[in-house]
Amino acid sequence: MKKVLMKGNEALAEGALIAGCRGFFGYPITPSSEIAEYMARKLPKIGGAFIQAESELAAINMIYGGSSTGTRVMTASSGPGISLKQEGISFISEAELPCLIVNVSRGGPGLGGIQPSQADYFQATRGGGHGDYRIIVLAPSSSQEMMDLAILAFELADKYRTPVMLMAEGTLGNLMEPVIVREAVTEFPDKPWVTTGCVGRKPNVINTLHLTQEELEGRNRHLTEKYRMISENEKRAESFLLDDADIVVVAFGLLARIIKKSVMEARKKGVKAGLIRPVTLWPFPDEHIQAVSRTARIILSVEINMGQMVEDIRLAAGGKIPVEFYGRIGFTPNPEEITRQLLFIAEREGLL
Amino acid sequence: MESEKQILFAGFGGQGVLSMSQFLAYAAMGTGKNVTWVPSYGAEMRGGTANCLVTIASEEISSPLTENPSMAVIMNKPSLDRFENKVQPNGILFINSSMVDRKCRRDDLTVLEVPVNQLAEELDNLRGANMILLGAYLEKTRVVEVEEALEHFEQIFSGKREEIIRKNRQAFLAGVEYARKNW
Amino acid sequence: MKTVFKKPESLTDAKFHYCPGCTHGIIHRLIAECLDELKIREQTIGICPVGCSVLAYEYFNCDMLEAAHGRAPAIATAIKRLLPDRYLFTYQGDGDLASIGMGEIVHASLRGEKITVIFVNNTLYGMTGGQMAPTTLLGQVTTTSPYGRSKDWEGYPAKMAELLAQNEGSAYICRTAVNDPPNVVKTKRAIKKALQTQAKGLGFSMVEVLSTCPTNWGLSPVEAMKWVEENMIPYYPLGEFKVKEEK
Repeated sequence: MKKVLMKGNEALAEGALIAGCRGFFGYPITPSSEIAEYMARKLPKIGGAFIQAESELAAINMIYGGSSTGTRVMTASSGPGISLKQEGISFISEAELPCLIVNVSRGGPGLGGIQPSQADYFQATRGGGHGDYRIIVLAPSSSQEMMDLAILAFELADKYRTPVMLMAEGTLGNLMEPVIVREAVTEFPDKPWVTTGCVGRKPNVINTLHLTQEELEGRNRHLTEKYRMISENEKRAESFLLDDADIVVVAFGLLARIIKKSVMEARKKGVKAGLIRPVTLWPFPDEHIQAVSRTARIILSVEINMGQMVEDIRLAAGGKIPVEFYGRIGFTPNPEEITRQLLFIAEREGLL
Repeated sequence: MESEKQILFAGFGGQGVLSMSQFLAYAAMGTGKNVTWVPSYGAEMRGGTANCLVTIASEEISSPLTENPSMAVIMNKPSLDRFENKVQPNGILFINSSMVDRKCRRDDLTVLEVPVNQLAEELDNLRGANMILLGAYLEKTRVVEVEEALEHFEQIFSGKREEIIRKNRQAFLAGVEYARKNW
Repeated sequence: MKTVFKKPESLTDAKFHYCPGCTHGIIHRLIAECLDELKIREQTIGICPVGCSVLAYEYFNCDMLEAAHGRAPAIATAIKRLLPDRYLFTYQGDGDLASIGMGEIVHASLRGEKITVIFVNNTLYGMTGGQMAPTTLLGQVTTTSPYGRSKDWEGYPAKMAELLAQNEGSAYICRTAVNDPPNVVKTKRAIKKALQTQAKGLGFSMVEVLSTCPTNWGLSPVEAMKWVEENMIPYYPLGEFKVKEEK
């Protein structure tokens, strides 16, 4: 199998193209600009549309329009830009338009910094916009997953008619490693709801305004039922050395992959550590947490933020197991730092 | 040879730190190894610090990051100041002696110096400085065999002008030569 | 001994971080000299953009605010309306003013906001690595117009001075360059006139300054100055586009 050395951002963009994405609408922002630049080079050559929008706000509305044609479309941005898109995402969710929204995360709040971050977890999973809606959120941990989850994102978006967010910390966007380039997707679902000109059919309307109580409640119940189905079928997480683990680390993204090394090093020193790496941040893989809450002694939540996913972990654990939080800001921690933390906890808890 | 090596490349933005370490990553992948390359830089386009960590391993790489690389390739003095104490005990430092005017303060490290800027001037190729140090580095460490690295030259620099490829190869070989003669 | 040249008081002692050949340094200095000569440093409040000059608040020795990308005119509007006797200036680049901030700048001009905008036009987005801007010239290659800007796909570049000069609320709109000493002198004159327009309460003022980006243009500093003369000035003509006289 041929492997190509690719940056995370490039692997993601190439994955989107492999999945049949033919529209990119976005605005440059560090550390996601390479995705736009890649699409600017490739899309014109395959008959796709690349537009550098005047702002992220305009871009998400271009996504609304682009998706309504039945084309697979995407945008890429970072924290401040994703904040601008929230109104659009609420609209797109209600209108049930499939699309991929990429967040290559940087420090916040405000202009923050260009260092990597995981502090957009709340924004991503709690719907940052108004109203009752959820979006599927995927968190890759390698260049290969950047490609594979981009392909999966379009599949899920079309299957459920819903926006999918792919969130990666900035470090992963820039990380280069060998990637197996996947085969182009050839099968695409039918989309009878598109607004492409009503030749031979009744006109379609794409809207989100529902003025009567019954209509509004009906729509919301429909969306909620859809989200329930997604929750039932699409949770994904990676388990690493959980069977006999006393301390279970829960982390996502590139950070979680790095922590695999910490877990292995801790084991060499006699600590029975394990790792759960949620791949879907929404729907959150709560069953994985519930399972270890019966067998492990303590859960350690590690994030590059001040404590966000830890709330979902605590919710899932239901008080059955202590959940501790370790967070850093502004960089992806080295594995040695987490190894030290595991040893510290093991000693403190008498687990050595 | 250990199963996993982590090498830090450090200099200022514009010194070619990113491209020299990328070259190593390509060459390593070409020999069938697993490899990761992680950059970090300041916000400025030029003049800020730039450093990269390359990890080469036969097995799957969990962590592309580390606090303590086993080797460091240092292009300027602030980088030596910053990373000298991070290198693993008994590790190796490769230093551009044209830009670093002090000695390493640790006595456990093997320190190998190349007057990179001076050699680059002799070749009338100031931009090739990074390839000189890379050539010397590979000749000494054999992380990737020099011959195999040369085979990948065309591929790695594909798209660049013939002249650029030739000059980079020349710089690379000058570094190899220097290491052979002096180390 | 007579002092014939010194750092303006309106600049701090911080060393500029800009690339060699970048004209931000020149423009910062010209603004500072005007603030000194008009003796308004302590009444001045400046708003920075998101872009290479995002850290301008470290360089200007007066009250400064950071703004979200493109929103400086909105921020300046509120401050000026609440503190009408202060001097407000915004300092913005291509993306900030002409792309994401297009709504804000047009409305500030329509409302005749008595603020002074310094618009640094160097045809692309420098900070983020050289992407296309609304001011990128036809045929110009950037990282998001890799085949050259085309009128049929990306559309025509934005001429902001001409665009805003049409609004009644605009009182002084001028375009200058800083590619050679005579133009540097003219730029300073324009900035001073803009600030004086604000002082007289005549309305919105803007100086669009044609500037360089040697790093992303791939040119030496000297070549970059020539590029401004040979490529930018023909499309973005220099001159005053709107001058409202006092009644």
